[in-house]
Amino acid sequence: MADPIVRIRDLVKRYDDGFEALKGVDLDIREGEILALLGPNGAGKTTLISAICGIAQPTGGTITVGGHDTVRDYRRARALIGLVPQEVTLEPFEQVARTVAFSRGLFGKPRDPALVERVLRSLSLGDKMRTKVVELSGGMKRRVLIAKALAHEPRVLFLDEPTAGVDVELRRGMWDVVAELKRQGVTIILTTHYIEEAEAIADRIAVINGGRILLVEETAALMARMGQKQMTIALADPMPALPERLAAYDLSLSQDGRSLTYTFDTRAERTGLTRLLSDLLATGARVADVTTRQSSLEEIFVGLTRQEEEAPA
Amino acid sequence: MNLAAIRAIYVFEMSRFFRTILQSLISPVLSTSLYFVVFGAAIGSRIDQVEGIPYGAFIVPGLIMLTVLTQATSNASFGIYFPKFIGTINEILSAPMSFLEITIGYVGAAATKALFIGLVILATSFFFVDLTILHPVWMAAFLVLTCVSFALLGFIIGIWAKNFEQLQLVPLLVITPLVFLGGSFYSITMLPPAWQTISYFNPVVYLVSGFRWSFFGQSDVAMGLSLAMILLFLALCLGVIWWIFRTGWRLRK
Ligand SMILES: Nc1ncnc2c1ncn2[C@@H]1O[C@H](COP(=O)(O)OP(=O)(O)O)[C@@H](O)[C@H]1O
Ligand SMILES: [Mg+2]
Repeated sequence: MADPIVRIRDLVKRYDDGFEALKGVDLDIREGEILALLGPNGAGKTTLISAICGIAQPTGGTITVGGHDTVRDYRRARALIGLVPQEVTLEPFEQVARTVAFSRGLFGKPRDPALVERVLRSLSLGDKMRTKVVELSGGMKRRVLIAKALAHEPRVLFLDEPTAGVDVELRRGMWDVVAELKRQGVTIILTTHYIEEAEAIADRIAVINGGRILLVEETAALMARMGQKQMTIALADPMPALPERLAAYDLSLSQDGRSLTYTFDTRAERTGLTRLLSDLLATGARVADVTTRQSSLEEIFVGLTRQEEEAPA
Repeated sequence: MNLAAIRAIYVFEMSRFFRTILQSLISPVLSTSLYFVVFGAAIGSRIDQVEGIPYGAFIVPGLIMLTVLTQATSNASFGIYFPKFIGTINEILSAPMSFLEITIGYVGAAATKALFIGLVILATSFFFVDLTILHPVWMAAFLVLTCVSFALLGFIIGIWAKNFEQLQLVPLLVITPLVFLGGSFYSITMLPPAWQTISYFNPVVYLVSGFRWSFFGQSDVAMGLSLAMILLFLALCLGVIWWIFRTGWRLRK
C-alpha cells in the first residue's frame, strides 16, 4: 500500500499540569480518505490535531505529514495542512475576503484574489466577501474558518468538530462540502462525537477514548465485524407468554404478544438463528414476517469503551 | 524565508493602524503639544538653557523618545496579545513560519507605527521651537533602533501577559518611570552623583542621550556607548523571544 499521508507513532502529550491527554497514539492516515476521529468529549481529539498542526508540543513520539517530520521539517509538513479549529476564532472587524487572503499569505502562497473568491463561492459565501466577520451568522463564521483553512490549497484538511452545535441543514451542507473536497483529492480528518456523522461520511473510523486509539477500521467493515443485529419476528397469532422451549434464547416478547425480538452478534461463530427458528416453529407459532436491524455505531462505541474500562491495557 | 507570511502579518497589522489613524495620532500629538506648552514655555522661561541649548529645543529628542518608546511597546504588546486573546494565534502557530518571521511581522509593524508617530511629533515640534538636526542620518538610525528594540520588548510583554491588566500595567510601571528618569527633560549631569550612577543602569538614558547627540552634537554619554547599549538591549530581547518560541512558553499548549 502507498505510504500514509499522515503517520503518527507513539505520540504522547502531557500538559503542563501533568495530565496525559495522549497516551501513545499510533495512527496512519491514507491519502485521499475521509477519516473520522470518533470519541466522547475529553477523549483527546483536539489535542491530537493540535499536536499534528504545531499548536501543541508533543511530549514524545513522532508525526510525519507527507513524509516530513512535523518538528524537524515543520515548514514542509505544515504547508500541506489546513486546520479548521473547534472554536470559532476570527478577527471580528476584518472583512471576510481579507481574512481568507491573510491565511493564504501565512502559508507562503502568492496573493490570488480569484482563488479566494472561488473558495468563498464554493462555501456559499460569495456575497459576503466584503462583509465584516462580526456581521455573520454562526454557521457562516464556521464556513469562513473552512475557507481560511482551504486558502492555501492544503492536501490534508483537519476539521475539529465541524458540526458541533450546528443545525441539521447546515450539517448536511457541511457533509456536502467534505464530500466535494474528497472528490478533489483532499485527505480529510474530522473529529466528531456524533456517531451518525462518522457513519454517514467517513471511509474509516478511528475510535479514541482516554488518550488512546481503541481501533481503526473501515466504516463498513467495522459495522459488519462489530455489529450486533436484532431480528424481529412478527407473529401471525399473539403469543400469551414465552414458551418453555424458547427460554434458553435471548428473546423478548412485545407487550401485545405479536412480536419477538432476538439479539445476536454477527461476529459469533453460531448466531443460533436456525435453531431458534426451528424451535419457534416447533411450538406451533406461525411467522408473519422477519426483519433484521444492524445496531448503530453508538451501541458499538459504548460497547468498546466499556471493554476498555474493564480491561485497561 | 517565508516572505509572503511576513508580509501578510505586517500588512494586516498596519491596516488595523490605518483604520484608526486619527485616534492613533491625535493622542500623542496632543500630549506632546501640551508638554511643549508646559515644559517649553512655562519651565523654559526660567531654565532658559541646558548645556548651551535652549530648553525648548533640548527637550524635543526626549519627548520624541518618550512617545516612541511607549507607542512601540504598547503597539507590539497589543499586536501579539490580541490574537492570543481571541485564539487566532493558533493559525499563526500552525503556519509554516519560523519564530523570526512571526517576530519580524509583528514587531516590524509595531515599530513602523511608532516610527510614524515619532516623525509626526518631530514635525509638530518645528511649530514650537527652532530646531536644526546636526546628524539626520544618525537621528533616523537611533529612532529606528529604538522603535525596533522596544517593539521587541512589547512583543515579549504581550506574550507574557495573561490578561489585559498585566498588558497595561507593565508599560505603566516599567516604561514610564524609565523614560521619566531617563533624562528626557534634563541632563543626567544635573543630577546628584549618586543618582547619576543609578541612571547609568537605565537603558533609556543611552537612547535619549544618543538621540540628543544626533540633534545637537553633544550628550551625557558617548555616542558609541549609546549605540552599543541599544544594540545590546536589542540582542537581549531577540534572545528572549528565540527562547520563548523554542519552548513554546505561554504560546503553545
Ligand atoms: N491546555 C490544557 N491543559 C491541561 N489539560 C488539558 C488542556 N487541554 C485539554 N486538556 C485535557 O486533555 C483532555 C483531552 O482534551 P481534548 O483534546 O480537548 O478532548 P476532545 O477534543 O476529544 O474533547 C481533556 O481531559 C482535557 O481536560
Ligand atoms: Mg475537542
